[in-house]
Amino acid sequence: MNDPQTDLPVPDPGLEEHPPRFTDVDDAAADRAYKQIVGMLAAVPVLVVAFLVVYFAVPRDAELVLFGANLKMQTTLLGLTAGVATLLIGISAIHWARMLMSDEEIVGDRHGAASPPEARERVLTDLETGIEASGIRRRKLLGTGMAGALGMMALPAVVSLADMGPWPTAELRAKTIEKTIWAEGVHLVNDVTFTRLKATELVVGQLVNAQPETLQEYHGAALQQQKAKASIIVVRMDPNSIRIPESRRDWQVDGILCYSKICTHVGCPISLWEQQTHHLLCPCHQSTFDLGNSGVVVFGPAARALPQLPITTDAEGYLVARSDFTVPVGPSYFERDSSKDFQEGDR
Amino acid sequence: MAKPAELNPDSPALEVRTPPKDAGPGKLAGPATWVDDRIGLAKLAGNIRKVFPDHWSFLLGEIALYSFVILLLTGVFLTIWFKPSMAEVEYAGTYELMHGIPMSEAFASTLSISFDIRGGLLVRQIHHWAAMLFVAAMTAHMLRVFFTGAFRKPRELNWIIGIGLFSMGLVEGFAGYSLPDDLLSGTGLRFVDGLVRSIPLIGTWAEFFIFGGEFPGELVIPRLYMVHILLIPGLLLGLISAHMALLVYHKHTHWPGPGRTNRNIQGYPFFPIYVAKAGGFFFIVFGVTILMGALMQINPVWLYGPYNPSQVTAGSQPDWYMGFVEGAIRIIPNWEWHILGTTWSWNIFLPGVGLMGLLFTGLALYPFIEAWITGDTSEHHLLDRPRNAPVRTAIGVAGMTAYAMFWLSGGNDIIATQFHVSLNAVTYFMRVAVFVAPVIAFIVTKRICISLQRQDAERVLHGSESGVIVRSPDGGFSEAHVPITPGEAYSLTRHPQPKALVPNGKKVGRLRRRLSAWYADGQLPKPTAAEIAGAAHHGAIEADHGTPAVDAGHDAPALEGSDAGDAR
Repeated sequence: MNDPQTDLPVPDPGLEEHPPRFTDVDDAAADRAYKQIVGMLAAVPVLVVAFLVVYFAVPRDAELVLFGANLKMQTTLLGLTAGVATLLIGISAIHWARMLMSDEEIVGDRHGAASPPEARERVLTDLETGIEASGIRRRKLLGTGMAGALGMMALPAVVSLADMGPWPTAELRAKTIEKTIWAEGVHLVNDVTFTRLKATELVVGQLVNAQPETLQEYHGAALQQQKAKASIIVVRMDPNSIRIPESRRDWQVDGILCYSKICTHVGCPISLWEQQTHHLLCPCHQSTFDLGNSGVVVFGPAARALPQLPITTDAEGYLVARSDFTVPVGPSYFERDSSKDFQEGDR
Repeated sequence: MAKPAELNPDSPALEVRTPPKDAGPGKLAGPATWVDDRIGLAKLAGNIRKVFPDHWSFLLGEIALYSFVILLLTGVFLTIWFKPSMAEVEYAGTYELMHGIPMSEAFASTLSISFDIRGGLLVRQIHHWAAMLFVAAMTAHMLRVFFTGAFRKPRELNWIIGIGLFSMGLVEGFAGYSLPDDLLSGTGLRFVDGLVRSIPLIGTWAEFFIFGGEFPGELVIPRLYMVHILLIPGLLLGLISAHMALLVYHKHTHWPGPGRTNRNIQGYPFFPIYVAKAGGFFFIVFGVTILMGALMQINPVWLYGPYNPSQVTAGSQPDWYMGFVEGAIRIIPNWEWHILGTTWSWNIFLPGVGLMGLLFTGLALYPFIEAWITGDTSEHHLLDRPRNAPVRTAIGVAGMTAYAMFWLSGGNDIIATQFHVSLNAVTYFMRVAVFVAPVIAFIVTKRICISLQRQDAERVLHGSESGVIVRSPDGGFSEAHVPITPGEAYSLTRHPQPKALVPNGKKVGRLRRRLSAWYADGQLPKPTAAEIAGAAHHGAIEADHGTPAVDAGHDAPALEGSDAGDAR
């Protein structure tokens, strides 16, 4: 073994003397420790019985007030009895080791981690003998063939995973992550009551979480998938206090604008609305979007403006979508250049 | 073709033999002999009196091991009722506030475990607390190994196994956190969806493969369930076995002290002392987690409700161990590249995948980097006191500081609301702090280490402060010092000190030479034998003459100059 080099200004005085413990020299102390250990162990069966009583006797909905906190009585008492019993087993074992078992420290030797040179030599010789016996030296293709065959088998193993999910080809992307169920004429509905939103009922400064009316046709996984893309927020702002670019003049109704609720950073639903500044803050990573300025990013890690949904009103004055979103909602992805999305200064 | 065995007519007839009555000492001999006859137990068991050293800091890894065992036990209990399915059901269990609400079977069965199964909530809470403890104990254990230099040769591979355990522990925890399909765990999954999607080139493909199509789909929870209860626990179990096997093979490191060398190991025997101590400690860890599960509510999913992709709560955060990634994601500037019709989302990839990769790679490589810088090829079984490796300690503290800054950034909204400061200001501050704070921490830590070395040298040369103040005839005050024991003096002076590499026959590159000079720089050379002898002599002369070494009136130097002799 290669020891680290060090100089020793003070010579090693050798192992320190072993001082006897209290329990080594005083029989009464040892007896006391003995009684403590046995006492702790004797408490365990009592606690186990208590656990069983709690399990069968305490009703599930009973409550317990402990230090001003409302606790579920059954959970708390089961845990207290089992926890203390377990703790007592542990404490008694360690008390036993510390007080009654011999505490003489012993010294063992260390050897280097490396095998002795003879052993290395022997293994190398054995390896050589084995290689020779295998005939791989004379018939070289055996080794190459085996390695190649094993290597090729990685392909089926990997390729078999190709059905883990549908392939996001351009065609599939256009049907999935690039599309929502918004379409021309789909009504905007309140996302709790599913009632249609009437333009005249919204007041300036109000924000409504909304969904497409058609969402109700979906259930289970499909519902979650559509909701994860189609969720929107509808806000009404004073048209004179916001900037509406020329190209989006007819995307709004008297200052009622509609944006995707899905953050363009990692896809959290955005919800914190600052009425005065028209800013919308994502509670996950604090990206902030200016809804008074076509949803551009004003702060935080998001890089793309919030997609805006073009809306209008139907004959009865209810808000309806004019089309789907013009760009995909949610986080950017590799296959699409998102730099052409709306940016500050676009008309 | 098999040949019939040839019979040997000369073979002796089988004799009837009676088993020996007394095969060995004690009552255990009978069954032990039975097993040994079959599997060679005595050879397998090896040295049950194997020596393990005793120190509180060696318990941290034990806590991690025991919490893993607790996780396995409680996890098996939970699988009895948990249904890893995203199929929609209408809730009809005992929790009235959710009656009639559509939710996934995963969430419904989590509610059922929490409300209908006796002890179910307790075990769920123990499982979650034990998971927190598992990661926390691994982190603390890793820091202990880092700061004491226990990762050095021959233990580098075990360090790498440890990093593997640490990184998989994070993934395992995250997978478990996602299973109940409540609002928070669904939000976490949505974040993973964005994170995966941000990987350049393959992001969208990886996303579609993991989720089986678009987020959330109905496959991700069954898949995560497999990962959480089979794949990662299996890998963890294998790595833990290797970690323990190497620990036994290398034998545990020990702290320097009188009689403790690089060639021996001093401590208590495995049997019976550590069977009782380590076994008992398992029950203590288990007992504490049970009490935590009983008294401290964790992850009350029924308050969050089922996952709804259109909802999120303010102040939502992952479990603490993912906080550093969360923080990095929050404070990264919004960098996105657009090349040839593609988008590169650095604003997610760098802080998410990049930061985790950087952390684990940096940790895994550290032992090799340090060995390369110091040129040290010796085996180390004696631990370093952190102060005696000032640069390593400073690097470690700088790393911890960077981690802490990222972690704090993960709560930038909480900091803003609790301390009434601007969220934007907190974010801008953190963007700078993650780079500047580690540098400050490095400088301060190195200074503290060197000051502590100075204090050690002082104890060796001048002894320990006795607390007795002596007034000399001419009015000066000084404190008498008591000499320290030879054992302590040895412990304080035996450490090897890193030296700058000098080209010595072999060529040493310029970068390596500079780094090694930087690594060795600034330490206080430890007192030499001559200095110690000189100081002792000096003290003895003072004692004879009964005068302090320095003029009265100069209090501070006088403290140093006087010695034990004055007190007696």
